[in-house]
Amino acid sequence: MYRYDEFDHRLVSERNAQFRRQVERRLNGELNEDQFKPLRLMNGLYLQLHAYMLRVNVPYGTLSSEQLRKLAHIARTYDRDFGQFTTRQNIQFNWVKLEDTPDILEALAEAEMTAIQSSGNCVRNITADQYAGRARDELVDPRVYSELLRQYSLLHPEFSYLPRKFKIALTGSPHDRAAVALHDIGLRMHLNEAGEPGFEVLVGGGQGRTPVIGKTIREWLEPENLLSYVEAILRVYNMQGRRDNIHKARIKIIVNQLGIDRYRELVDDEWERIRDSRLKVSPEELDRVSAHFAPPPYTDLLPDASAELERLRAEEPAFDRWCATNVEEHKVPGYSIVNLSLKRLGRPPGDLDADSMDAVAELADRYSFGEVRVTHRQNLVLTDVEQRELFELWRALDVLGLASSNIGQLTDIISCPGLDYCSLANARSIPVAEDISRHFVDVDKLALVGDLTLNISGCMNACGHHHVGNIGILGVDKRGEEFFQLTLGGASDEGASLGDRLGRALAQAEVPAAIEAIVETYLSLRMDGERFLDTYRRVGIEPFKQAVYGEPASRAAA
Amino acid sequence: MKTLIRNGAPSDETFVSIGAEDELPAGMDVIVTLDRWRADRDRLTQREGLVGVRLQSDEPPELIAEDLEHLAVVALEFPAFRDGRAYSYARLLREQYGYAGEIRAVGDVLLEQLHFMVRVGFDAFELSSSDPKRDFEIAQADFSVWYQPGVDERDTAIELRHR
Amino acid sequence: MIVANRLTDGRVVFLAEDDRWVESIQNGLVIESDALQVELLEHAERAVETGIVVDPYLIDVVIEDGRRRPLQLRESIRAFGPTVSDPTVR
Ligand code: SF4
Repeated sequence: MYRYDEFDHRLVSERNAQFRRQVERRLNGELNEDQFKPLRLMNGLYLQLHAYMLRVNVPYGTLSSEQLRKLAHIARTYDRDFGQFTTRQNIQFNWVKLEDTPDILEALAEAEMTAIQSSGNCVRNITADQYAGRARDELVDPRVYSELLRQYSLLHPEFSYLPRKFKIALTGSPHDRAAVALHDIGLRMHLNEAGEPGFEVLVGGGQGRTPVIGKTIREWLEPENLLSYVEAILRVYNMQGRRDNIHKARIKIIVNQLGIDRYRELVDDEWERIRDSRLKVSPEELDRVSAHFAPPPYTDLLPDASAELERLRAEEPAFDRWCATNVEEHKVPGYSIVNLSLKRLGRPPGDLDADSMDAVAELADRYSFGEVRVTHRQNLVLTDVEQRELFELWRALDVLGLASSNIGQLTDIISCPGLDYCSLANARSIPVAEDISRHFVDVDKLALVGDLTLNISGCMNACGHHHVGNIGILGVDKRGEEFFQLTLGGASDEGASLGDRLGRALAQAEVPAAIEAIVETYLSLRMDGERFLDTYRRVGIEPFKQAVYGEPASRAAA
Repeated sequence: MKTLIRNGAPSDETFVSIGAEDELPAGMDVIVTLDRWRADRDRLTQREGLVGVRLQSDEPPELIAEDLEHLAVVALEFPAFRDGRAYSYARLLREQYGYAGEIRAVGDVLLEQLHFMVRVGFDAFELSSSDPKRDFEIAQADFSVWYQPGVDERDTAIELRHR
Repeated sequence: MIVANRLTDGRVVFLAEDDRWVESIQNGLVIESDALQVELLEHAERAVETGIVVDPYLIDVVIEDGRRRPLQLRESIRAFGPTVSDPTVR
């Protein structure tokens, strides 16, 4: 993992000192709320329905056990003992006090964490594949470049007042787990024929009220030019992006208005001028940062544990299910990647209490070289678990209530905070997630249904990624009542697509039955080996409409 | 009341802002709008006194790229502090067009932004502050290290690491 | 009633008698006349200026069995907290 050097530490502590002065000026009346609001937002501090909310960055989803313990400490000391992991691989504390935030930021800095730019019209936390550096299908480890971008974008003097927020995601695997096509800039890493790494650059993807799949602006970018090229994209956006209408201010709108070819021309003109500037990534810096991501001290040639694993799986059906859903192939033989599901009955998706954070940190130290990842589906990952220790780990997780075997399944629901916390919400999301989870408790049924993503947002802002859920649910407000609009067929991976509207919005009580009808329709129509998404793409929306609305589809469309 | 800070210190305003219809005051230094500059370019360059142009945030510097040799000041307007276009304009003026005259931040200029502004090439600021010199100095001291190259030649953290 | 967030900790507070701000909706002042409404909103604005609260506004409430309940769901969630099961809430 990346560790701060003296420069990184100094910058963060200077920023924290600056923020402390701003908070003091607010509390003593020198700044009013209108002046202070943008300042606090640039440091991830929102005022929500019940209290201040602080969003803490987890850079590209990577946490050390020490950092997780620090988060536990903050949850315990300054919040109500819990935090919520978000679709941006961050964590949010929902009950903090303004007067405490300077101290919280200082505590975070001790563990090399910040809330800088976790909000505001600037480059937000860089996100990446949660299995980066570990996945068996990975071509290039994107973490080095994620870290270069993290530093490059932090307190950028020119791009701290962009037209709107700006999100960058990276993946180095052909299977995209980071939803890069739905980011302002998406970076897909490939190898060329000589075996050298490079980027395919996508631009103008995004969700919100105008969802757009990103377009390729450059097929191949050499890593040394990463920062200059990103800078060219940002500079063109900063000058051309619309500032007359907040709903049209994201880069996707200007890319669509100008057309990707024109946008590319503008970027290339600018890039031509700056590609050989001081932004060029030097080999020394690349080496320095790469050294931080050296593999942990794996045990060579672990004895083959597969026979023992097979035996245990045969003996313990629950362990067997967990291995099938939550354990992923690791690039190093004898190791596995383990997912910890934060989708547990009775707890909001992504929530984790302080004691559990400490416990996970402990398990990470014991089984995974002290490393934890946060996924954009609001789960946690232990990156490096010896296969012969899987059973022991599973038992420990089971005791903690963190062994739900539902990764990738219908109840692995993404949900934003919704109207229970968020001041922008139209409707609640968490109770809908809970209703659905309670409706689908039969593990065999869930296994039968297989891969299916279900994403819920409490409003058009789409923090819950509803557009790209295989099933999406959007909370809407109809004359003061909560309703839920379903979409089908969304996907956020390398075959990204936006969901189609199913029909009229439903009352909360109707949602679980509608999901059931959709699932049953899929089960009855699917052909061998088809996932929900495959069947949907083959048969289209009509059968699902009929199943949910029980009438000819043309009349059901609202 | 706004105070002009130039090169880090309060400074007397020596330019007069001229509106679209105003008479040009004889012998005085003036700052004009882009439209006025376009309309009166010849008179403005031939008269006594220095000339500056004030660009709105939707008027990029490429519109005056050919004229820069005549301009002592380019004033870039911040209609609201959130409108960050002028950061890029200042940078382009310095780096792309090689402009060496004064680049002045005018409009809604917040103390918190001064550090960034200096790094992208502004060297003059119209500030509302009871103690602009002190505020300017505090803002400059906000950060002693950064990752991005600015138009100043000062080293980035990355460059310092590999010294 | 008038609801706002307290500046220092962000908590939801209601305007009560004697210009106080209280945490329980049951202790807040129910405003029944238009004239009083104008006067109290002005008071709330002063509390914004003096840095006591942020973002005050009026909400509609009903009184049932002597207890106040906001008409709107959003306001009810603000008054009574998240509706989701949360074993850790103190
Ligand atoms: S989607 Fe809407 S309701 Fe949900 S967190 Fe985002 S802004 Fe809030």
